[in-house]
Formats: sequence, structure tokens, C-alpha cells
Amino acid sequence: MEFTLVYKKEIIKNVFDFVIDAPEIAEKAKPGQFIHVLCGGRSYLRRPISICDVMDKKLVRFIFEVRGEGTKSLSNLNKGDKIDVLGPLGNGFSKDIAEDGEILLIGGGIGVFPLLNLAKEFNKTTTAILGFRTESAITITSDFVKTTKNLFITTEDGSVGCKGFVTDVLNRMVSEKKIGAIFTCGPKPMMKAVAEIANANNIPCEVSMEERMGCGVGACVTCTCNVNGKKARVCKDGPVFNAKDVNFDD
Amino acid sequence: MTKPNMSVEIAGVKWNNPVTTASGTFGFGKEYAEYFDLGELGAVCLKSLSAVPRLGNPSPRIAETNYGILNSVGLQNPGAEYFLENELEEIRKYDTKIIANICGSTVEDYIAVTKILQDKVDMLELNISCPNVKEGGMAFGTNKDMVYDITSRVKEAAKVPLIVKLSPNVTDIAEIAASAESGGADALSLINTLLGMRIDIKTRRPILKNNMGGLSGPAVKPVAVRMVYQVRQAVKLPIIGMGGISTSDDAIEFMMAGANAVAVGTAGFVDPYAWVNVKNGIEQFLIENNISDVNDIVGTVELN
Repeated sequence: MEFTLVYKKEIIKNVFDFVIDAPEIAEKAKPGQFIHVLCGGRSYLRRPISICDVMDKKLVRFIFEVRGEGTKSLSNLNKGDKIDVLGPLGNGFSKDIAEDGEILLIGGGIGVFPLLNLAKEFNKTTTAILGFRTESAITITSDFVKTTKNLFITTEDGSVGCKGFVTDVLNRMVSEKKIGAIFTCGPKPMMKAVAEIANANNIPCEVSMEERMGCGVGACVTCTCNVNGKKARVCKDGPVFNAKDVNFDD
Repeated sequence: MTKPNMSVEIAGVKWNNPVTTASGTFGFGKEYAEYFDLGELGAVCLKSLSAVPRLGNPSPRIAETNYGILNSVGLQNPGAEYFLENELEEIRKYDTKIIANICGSTVEDYIAVTKILQDKVDMLELNISCPNVKEGGMAFGTNKDMVYDITSRVKEAAKVPLIVKLSPNVTDIAEIAASAESGGADALSLINTLLGMRIDIKTRRPILKNNMGGLSGPAVKPVAVRMVYQVRQAVKLPIIGMGGISTSDDAIEFMMAGANAVAVGTAGFVDPYAWVNVKNGIEQFLIENNISDVNDIVGTVELN
């Protein structure tokens, strides 16, 4: 289906914030789901992009980094242009895994985006720990300030917030208080480290996986990851999986 | 004018129209049933099934190319018995024919899956052309004697018409087609994917974890049309043509080259309605050109 681009902004270098007028998607979308976007130009396949936020039951916000031909072409669209989008797709996060205790949203780099909608659903009760390489890579933290109870920022070079990784903050929190659930999205090594801490401390944890994708609807079985020893489809069985079930090394 | 006849008969099986799905691009049907009524298709060709479950290849299993994709899924499937127990009933609800694509590592494997499926599907498609597995697959499909041998042995075990799916990774596809015909094939489908490779120049590594994979999508279409034409000249069997079909114009090209039916595959990843659009477009073409029967366009290309 085609939808109109109603807002566009390059929020940091090569990272674009788009909002489309898409009530059909907005009405159904759950945090952690994604859309499959036809980018045009020399790209052929659609590009899976996580839903960042849903507003007024009709606007769908997604943020993407320009990585290649497809996302480059997408970034050249302007307000008023039409975009062919499928979605919402995938399963999304399950709020109900949360036990008593702090709810943590842990994001890394461009993996922070799908956590925003989840933060809103938890209605300012969560703590977000967001990690970035450096100051110039920091995005949408002001949105998290508005939607979470506490926000910790880490940077690898210490230019903003705590120097180090999200897991440094996580380890400290785990030792200080009861954690009710962790929801995480970011680079695979980061999610693996978060999942290990969660599993070791018996904290319910969901991870949002990424893999090169084809159809986006579960038919082509290309975007698989190892879940309980089986090849699960990231697009249909995920992208969100229970951290205990994912084998990050396969 | 009245609606043109869209039905075709492939090896004695009547399809409501000449459009089916390319195996491996359509799962077991239920994913796309969320987008359209599978009864819109003449037949649904399912993801390859083996006698025992297969895990498939490691990820990444897909790489984009200019006007196409490379895949190396490696025939991941839950096994024919699981399919019969858990998937078949769902697609049987639709007014469409069901084609089970079958694979294996040895001839005995192919016979085993054929015996499990019996006559519970409408047709079988013998996959001797998958480029993504170490044993079996394409190895059977690129040697004419092996094609004859496996076709005749599976045909003996088959209770429904047998389609043999040909590999384009051969020097003379007409020769392979003739072997399948003399081995007892009831129909042919072509082409499977072309073996290809892409390299990430930053890491100097292939993008696919399996290094090489099968190329599909619009990029392969002229090769596929040429092969359908060559096979049409060599055999009398019904042909299901495929390879890069995205539009009804593409499909009509295949039919003029000699295909009795067509399969749409990779194009569905771009547009989940591609299958239905191709079918509707063929019908529209017939109406606009005052052709009363879709079968009348088959093999009508006139060489220069």
C-alpha cells in the first residue's frame, strides 16, 4: 500500500526520521513490529525498518540509517511523496513478560528506535539505558526523556553520559535492585551480552533480532536465526524472541 | 466479448488459470493467504519437502543483486510428514491445485518423500536443480543420464503426475529436457536459479554465508525465456515457465516461447499481489487482443 510522507528530517548525519500518514498500519502496530519499505532507485527488495512510534492512530514514525542503495534512495524522498509500505509485520515485544521490579529498555545505536513506542506503552514507568559510539551518534534521547522514568546514556568514548557500554550500567542495576524485565534492541554483540546477564540473573528478557530479509512475511525463509536449535524466521516468528531461546553464536 | 478461457491442463490436471507459484518463494501458502485468496491461482507450488526435516544453510541466506536476489536457503523444511499433518489441511481449503516440490540427497530419499506424499497432493515437482545443497539437488539435474535415472525411478513410485524442474546451470538444456521426457516426466518446469556469487569488497568475503547461491528475479528472465523456447522445440511435454516473471507481459512472453503455464516467485517479495496481478493481466491481454483461450498464445512466437 502507498502512504504519504508527511514529515522528514535528517536527525544526525545519514540518519533520517520519517513519518507517514498510514492509519491502516497505525491502528494495528505494536511496539517491536516492523514495516517493509520499497525504497526505489537501484534497490530491488524491500527494506525492513522497525516502527519507532505511532501517533494519533494514523501517523507511523520510522527512523533509518543510510547504509546502501535502498536506504539512500529512500532518503531522497520528500514530504508529500508516496511510499509503498507493507506492515505492520512480525510479532513485537510482549509487555506481559514483566515481573515485579524495574522494567529496562536497553538500546544500542540505531537499535534504540523500536524501544520508544514500548516506552510509551509502559507509560513512564521504565528505565532506558541507551548506548552510542560517541556524541555525534546520539539520537532521539529527548523522546526517551519524555517517555521514561529514568534515562541513562553511555558512549564508548565518554563524550556524553557514562563512558563504556550499556552492560556496565546494567550490571550495576542488577546488583542494586530487582529487575522485572529487559527489552533490548541493538548490535548483536550488545544484545548477546545483555541476554547473558539477564539469563544468569533469571530476568525475563526479549531481544529484537535483525537479519538480511526477503519477503518479510515468512514465506521465503531466508532471514533465519537459531532459536532453540531451530532456524526461526526473524520476519514472522520474530523479530522479537525470548533471550533464553536465541543462540547468538550461530 | 465474453470472458476468455483461462483454464489450462497440465499433465491431465486442470488448473483454473495458468499461474502458479515458484517453489521456495511461497512457503506452504498460508503467509500469502493473508494477502489474497489462493483460489485466484491455478496451482500453488510449495516449498521443497524432504522425507526428513532439513535445517538449511546458515545466514545470511540472501543477497540483493541488480534486478534480483541470490539465495542460499538450502531447502530448509520440516519434513513431508509434518507437512501432511500440520500444513496441508489449511491450503486444501482453497480452490487451487497443490504441487509439492520434493528434494533429497539420494534417489532413495526422493522415493521416500514421494511415498510419504502419495496422492495427497495434486502434482509432484522433482527438484533436481537446487544449487544450494552439497548432495543431491543440482547434481542430479545437470547430467542427462542421472536425470533419466531419477525421473524414471521417482515416476515409478509417484501416484500423481510428476513435473521435473530443470536447472539452467547446464550447457544444453534441451538435452536434459529430453532425458526427463524419456524417463517418464509428465511435465517440465524451468528454470530453477542460476548459480551466482556476490562479494562484499570491504570484508573481501561473500555476502552469502554459503558463499554461492541461486540467482532469481528479473535479471534471469531473458535466459529463462530462451531456455523455455529451446525446451519447447525439443519435447512435447507441458512446460511451466518461470524465471524473473514480475508482470503479465513477462508471463505472456514465456507462454509465447512455449510455456503452457507460468510461475511467479521472487517478484512476490517486492509485491505480495504480484501473483494475482500477473493472472489478471494475462486475462486483460486476452480480452484486449480478442483471444478467446489462453492456450492459443502458447508457442506462438514467430522467429525472425
